[in-house]
Amino acid sequence: MDGEEHREPAGRQGEPPPRSGANRREVINWILGIGAGGVAAAVFYPIARYIIPPEEAQSAANSVALSVKPDDVKPNSGQIFKFGNKPAILIRTPAGDLRAFTAVCTHLGCIVEYRPDLSQIWCPCHNGHYDLQGINVSGPPPKPLVQFDVNVQGDRIVVSRGQAA
Amino acid sequence: MSGGRRRLTALRAWFDDRVGLLSEAERLGRKKQVPIHRHTIWYYLGGMTLFLFIVQVVTGVLLLFYYRPNAEGAYESIQFLMTDVHFGWLVRSIHHWAANLMIFTLFIHMFSVLLLRAYRAPREMTWFTGVVLLGLGLTLGFTGYLLPWNELSYFATTVGTRIVGVVPGVGGFLLRVLRGGRDVTGATLTRFYALHTSVLPGLVILVLGLHVYLVQRHGMSVPPEVERDEGPRRSIPFLPDFLLRDLVGWLAALAVLAALAAYFPAELGKKADPFASAPVGIKPEWYFMFMFQTLKLLPAYILGFEGEAVGILGFGLAGLVLVLVPVLDRPAIRGERTRLFMWVGVAMIVYMVALTIVGYVVSPKA
Repeated sequence: MDGEEHREPAGRQGEPPPRSGANRREVINWILGIGAGGVAAAVFYPIARYIIPPEEAQSAANSVALSVKPDDVKPNSGQIFKFGNKPAILIRTPAGDLRAFTAVCTHLGCIVEYRPDLSQIWCPCHNGHYDLQGINVSGPPPKPLVQFDVNVQGDRIVVSRGQAA
Repeated sequence: MSGGRRRLTALRAWFDDRVGLLSEAERLGRKKQVPIHRHTIWYYLGGMTLFLFIVQVVTGVLLLFYYRPNAEGAYESIQFLMTDVHFGWLVRSIHHWAANLMIFTLFIHMFSVLLLRAYRAPREMTWFTGVVLLGLGLTLGFTGYLLPWNELSYFATTVGTRIVGVVPGVGGFLLRVLRGGRDVTGATLTRFYALHTSVLPGLVILVLGLHVYLVQRHGMSVPPEVERDEGPRRSIPFLPDFLLRDLVGWLAALAVLAALAAYFPAELGKKADPFASAPVGIKPEWYFMFMFQTLKLLPAYILGFEGEAVGILGFGLAGLVLVLVPVLDRPAIRGERTRLFMWVGVAMIVYMVALTIVGYVVSPKA
């Protein structure tokens, strides 16, 4: 920018007469420039803010009761359920334990599934494998799946965001 | 020359050597002369309409980011836009007000051209394309009105499309094509959405391109009265003199739009319910009021024909006369001093203004 060269003579009083016409022109150009910049800002700022989507309310769900009964979840199987507004996976290990994890693969966000033949959680997008603790054991996933607490209360399965990580 | 400006000039020269559109436009703009006389003010209306159309394109594209074109989600998406999206109310209100102002300047532009008889040879095609643009503008207004899917727009569209149905013979068929079915439903909404956001804007851009090219080709028309005046002719170059004055007008229009949007934001009303009674005081947008009011005043039967059909036929004929003005104005073609079509224009204006006032003041509820 050549701003400094313009601003300095404009602010100085009592320039020699031959240059004052040019100075006046420069002052006017500056005022016009600031005005045009103001109009541009008044147009483009609202447009930029408009395009940025408003913040969604984060799902406050800390626990969810599933519609499936504990007896209906067979050993060595898994199923996807909704935890708040995110998918999660409920599995019963071959040993009979119920566990729940987030179903979003830590690699690129595909939804994982349970592989009974391997007894592993598996992401079909890029062949990522997680063991029954949700630990990433092979393929591209960089991190383990976050685990949720599973409580069986009589006939109900309640999954909650707990300390089990 | 300072370093920054030198670099800018070099960059411009680089593009100019390869594209050349900018220097060609500048050459034309500097060559074009705008006559200065007591009617020069009317030369600004076309540019003003163009500016408002650009505002419509920009705000319309922005609205597409959030609008959902179906009967189940349209109203809710506008509600979300008006309450949760930053400046959503502003974008929609400016779209609403710029539409109204654009129709207004379109009418003023057309009538000023008519009264100053700027349609005379060789500018007949400029006039034809202009009347087509007015029709496209009105259709854009009509189709856009339905999109918020609220009570008022739903019933206004039901009434408005019904008018097509009275066309003898093919009315029923036209009505079904226009509505996408027998009634105004979600199918009508997607149909109007397609027309409003792609078909009509595309046509406007094509016809507008031709219109602006013709204005450039023939230059500004000087009214016959002014041409007969003695004394020296004055004119200013389009670039930069006239364009800078245009810009001042556009800036003022932008300020007016912002003020209207802030003080009178576009309303949303209640969601449309096809199984609810029509609310009291259903009326079209102001620019259809004179037609709406005419149809209300006509008796049920005129000479054995349905009153509405006669009314629609009348407006169709009036529209045809309007389109053909450059061909019908024989005396002007022969170069005679006649003001016949000026008085036709005045009669049209008086009729439209009077019926609009009647529609709003005399029988607001009927």
